[in-house]
Amino acid sequence: MKAKEIKIINLADKELMDLSKKGLLSLNLEEMKTIQTFFKNLERNPTDLEIETIAQTWSEHCFHKTFKSKILYKEIYNEDFSTEEIPSLFSLIKKSTEKISKKWCLSVFKDNAGIIEFDKNTAIAFKVETHNHPSALEPYGGAATGIGGVIRDILGVGLGAKPILNTDVFCFGPLDISFENLPADIFHPKRLFRGVVSGVRDYGNRMGIPTGNGAIIFDEGYIYNILVYCGTLGIMPKKYINKKVSVGDLIILIGGKTGKDGIHGATFSSANLEKNIPNSVVQIGDPITEKKMLDALLIARDKELISSITDCGAGGLSSAVGELAQDCGAKIFLEKVPLKYYGLEPWEIWLSESQERMVLSANKKNFLKLKKIFDNENVGYSCIGEFTNSGKLEIFHNKDIVGDIDLKFLFSGIPGTSLRANFTYIHQPDIFPENINFQEVLIQLLSHHNIASKEAVIRQYDHEVQSHTILKPLAGIDECGPLDAIVLRPMYDSNKGIVVSCGINPYYGEIDPYMMAGCCIEESLRNLVSVGGNVEKTAFLDNFCWGNINNENILGTLVRCVKGCHDFAIKYDIPFISGKDSLNNYYTVEKDTISIPGTLLISAVSIIEDVKKIVSSDFKEPDSFIYMLGITKDEMAGSHLYKVLNMKAGNVPQPNPEITLPLMKKIRYAINKGIIKACHDCSEGGFAVALSEMIIGGGYGANVDIEKLPKQTDKKISLLFSESQGRFIVEIDKDNSDAFKKIFSGAPFYCIGNTTPDFRLNIFFDKEKIIDIDGEKIKQVWTGALKW
Amino acid sequence: MVKVLILRTSGTNCDFETEWAFNICGAKAERVHLLSIINGKKNINNYDILVIPGGFSYGDDLGAGKVFANEIKLKIWESIEIFKKSKKPIIGICNGFQVLVKAGIIPFWGKNSASLTWNNSGRYEDRWVYLKIESSLSPFFKNLPEIIRLPVAHAEGKFVVKDKITLNKIGKNKQIILKYVKPSGEISGYPYNPNGSQENIAGVCDESGLIIGLMPHPERALLSIHLPDWTRQKREKVFGYGYIILKNMVEYVS
Repeated sequence: MKAKEIKIINLADKELMDLSKKGLLSLNLEEMKTIQTFFKNLERNPTDLEIETIAQTWSEHCFHKTFKSKILYKEIYNEDFSTEEIPSLFSLIKKSTEKISKKWCLSVFKDNAGIIEFDKNTAIAFKVETHNHPSALEPYGGAATGIGGVIRDILGVGLGAKPILNTDVFCFGPLDISFENLPADIFHPKRLFRGVVSGVRDYGNRMGIPTGNGAIIFDEGYIYNILVYCGTLGIMPKKYINKKVSVGDLIILIGGKTGKDGIHGATFSSANLEKNIPNSVVQIGDPITEKKMLDALLIARDKELISSITDCGAGGLSSAVGELAQDCGAKIFLEKVPLKYYGLEPWEIWLSESQERMVLSANKKNFLKLKKIFDNENVGYSCIGEFTNSGKLEIFHNKDIVGDIDLKFLFSGIPGTSLRANFTYIHQPDIFPENINFQEVLIQLLSHHNIASKEAVIRQYDHEVQSHTILKPLAGIDECGPLDAIVLRPMYDSNKGIVVSCGINPYYGEIDPYMMAGCCIEESLRNLVSVGGNVEKTAFLDNFCWGNINNENILGTLVRCVKGCHDFAIKYDIPFISGKDSLNNYYTVEKDTISIPGTLLISAVSIIEDVKKIVSSDFKEPDSFIYMLGITKDEMAGSHLYKVLNMKAGNVPQPNPEITLPLMKKIRYAINKGIIKACHDCSEGGFAVALSEMIIGGGYGANVDIEKLPKQTDKKISLLFSESQGRFIVEIDKDNSDAFKKIFSGAPFYCIGNTTPDFRLNIFFDKEKIIDIDGEKIKQVWTGALKW
Repeated sequence: MVKVLILRTSGTNCDFETEWAFNICGAKAERVHLLSIINGKKNINNYDILVIPGGFSYGDDLGAGKVFANEIKLKIWESIEIFKKSKKPIIGICNGFQVLVKAGIIPFWGKNSASLTWNNSGRYEDRWVYLKIESSLSPFFKNLPEIIRLPVAHAEGKFVVKDKITLNKIGKNKQIILKYVKPSGEISGYPYNPNGSQENIAGVCDESGLIIGLMPHPERALLSIHLPDWTRQKREKVFGYGYIILKNMVEYVS
């Protein structure tokens, strides 16, 4: 089959846009005109393969246009406003990492994942991706290939890292929504939930990688567009963190065969969802093919036979080969690509997003050795071309030239854009609900799907394969209590460990995305500090999922959120090492567009010296002291209490790094000294929910007085349910009380009660008993709410 | 030194930690691909213990362990037979147990008298179980308390036998090595019996006691810090129950 000529040189503006829309190119008029001018100068039309290559390379999904654009940003408060020109969102995030400048950050924002130092000879790579659009159309396949894709990012970072952990965070519509309230062409959240979890389960388990940290949020805002975040963490010898292609190196395609699945995935993912999108845009996953590839690649890496590697993700071969050839050039022979079946057009071979494929480069003299390894591991491979110094991608199919693309134009020819964005402050008055039955509200919160135990999901993931998992996702009595973070001991001969946690809360973002950024950053840190993580050796990943950013007001919320990430990263002194954005998560029904709530996920990874010193959140013994660390305030906006009560009022929580960061360092010190027996942070649902969770895991009761909490409020409702940041509940042996007070002198803390042999939660306000619930009841409500 | 062969193939995924586990127990373990055995590059009978580790061999397509079992039956059966006749131990863990049963190696040589099928829950589950050490033919379960804890992680772990006669026979022969129980040692249903196995059977051996298969993973319970509630216990112990089982195997050979 030959390439077709696409006649664009003489098209008028409207015809150019028709071509972009009809061909699923997702290019705007300015971009189409830039392409037109480029080919006019060459005095020829492009081939179908060429225009498709440019479209996918320039797609939002691959090029991250919005994050690279100049933005004129305006903040409006009351009658007043301020404006600012931001060079780009991407540069803003990078700037914070540069300013923080940690020498243990080995590779940031350039490869397929961020890399930090683990020990003298070893490094850790971490990446989180999203697979939102495909999972909405085909939940099982979309989620499975989401996890498959991010695993390949780790296999393709530097010269390859070994995946040792998967993480998963999902956002769905409410599971109990009735079909009548659902548009006809949208899957029910329950179907999406089951499909996505099953997809991640079947792929991750078959890969032999433990899935161990995550979160699930259920909210009306995700009925039309779900979010599927998949992460993978890998470990590698430090000497393999860099890749380098040399002219003359062979281009080797390894893994699965190429078919028509996933064509236009990149361009489709850059646009919004609407009716009648062909489901051929979703790829089909086969984990065993990927597992064989993993086994083979790690052997090849350790024998030092490869010079560079990257995965075939969005855009397929075109982006994988394009990226590697960026600084030199390449010749590719498409007839050498192994196909699933006959009948693919050259551009389809080049663009297909068939899964489980990677491209590597190797010196010619290593080919026979590689062949032997691949044959031994029963892995498919083919040498499809070689790197040149032509500065071009020269693509052939059975001797016909089907593409001749200038790499400089491909990667730098995209017209620079300048965007406008506005953010308006929302002030919500402080209103407190009256006549609240605290006990009933607590039960409602514990059974809310966002807060309730995720055991139904967690148990379906293998969280122990590889035998590195030291703190599992569930622990305590009967392994039914929650844990704040997962802890791995990644080397078989050392007790050095890795702590992984996350923070996500779209509700704060509805009011102020800046504070949402701060709160997500802090939540991820609180989670890892609670088990004994080290804030002084922690790195972040950012993942922004946003709605229709063509709307200046929605783009404004994104800008405000990125500013928050920049500022709070600096204040907590934690570098971002990698990240990803997924924009245009909106759905079009007739003329309306429905956007998701702007959702930021912060994933955190921390290195600790000794996994034997960590603690879990469950109460360990009766008659221990319970201390509260951190100050409670009237910060109810975006809280789960107000969500349950269907209220919108008050102030969104504000992180206080000046107080919290020193507190976190003290907690780590006290945990390492063995003084803290259990530690849990207060997040969704506030103090009352956090305390309940410690009881569930411990099998002991608690007797506390909330009048004694360190506080800036006297309202019982705030003391129980406010989501003020920087707060931890800890259990201390009575004998250690003095040592504890000495360590925490200067920090806000108070002894608020003790654990009890009686499995019961008793909360007083001074002398008045305001909550009195049987522990079994709390446990049953919390563990039984989310069913499969 | 005791030489251990960890037999892996496409989709095997517990081979690294199983290798580590046997090395800690004082053996010299080696991960070998099935293709290397089939094409004669390596010989099973040069090793002292044969391990078929956990994973999803060939994606568990056609049923868990089925394809791997067929490969053994059709391509390397003679070598396995020599290994058995030399009275050398074989252990199948999780997917390896499924392979041994479906190849007709346990509970009875050359017969397909049992199977491992879908959990009653219909899905994959990872959880720690309590196991009662049965008095059996197998010499690898000494120096252990009566009740131990190991993790299971599988979708197709429900042990079923062909008929009542077979069930009686494996009982009478003392071929049942482990049963799922409550912490108190009583036989009980879900979640204590995580998959609905007949008679709560978690592991069986052949008629010699030297070939064993079990769904729980000893290699994931090697250190005391592998236990799910270790942060609630006194922190002195170093090894978990899995270590003792594998160590017993290594010591039996040496």
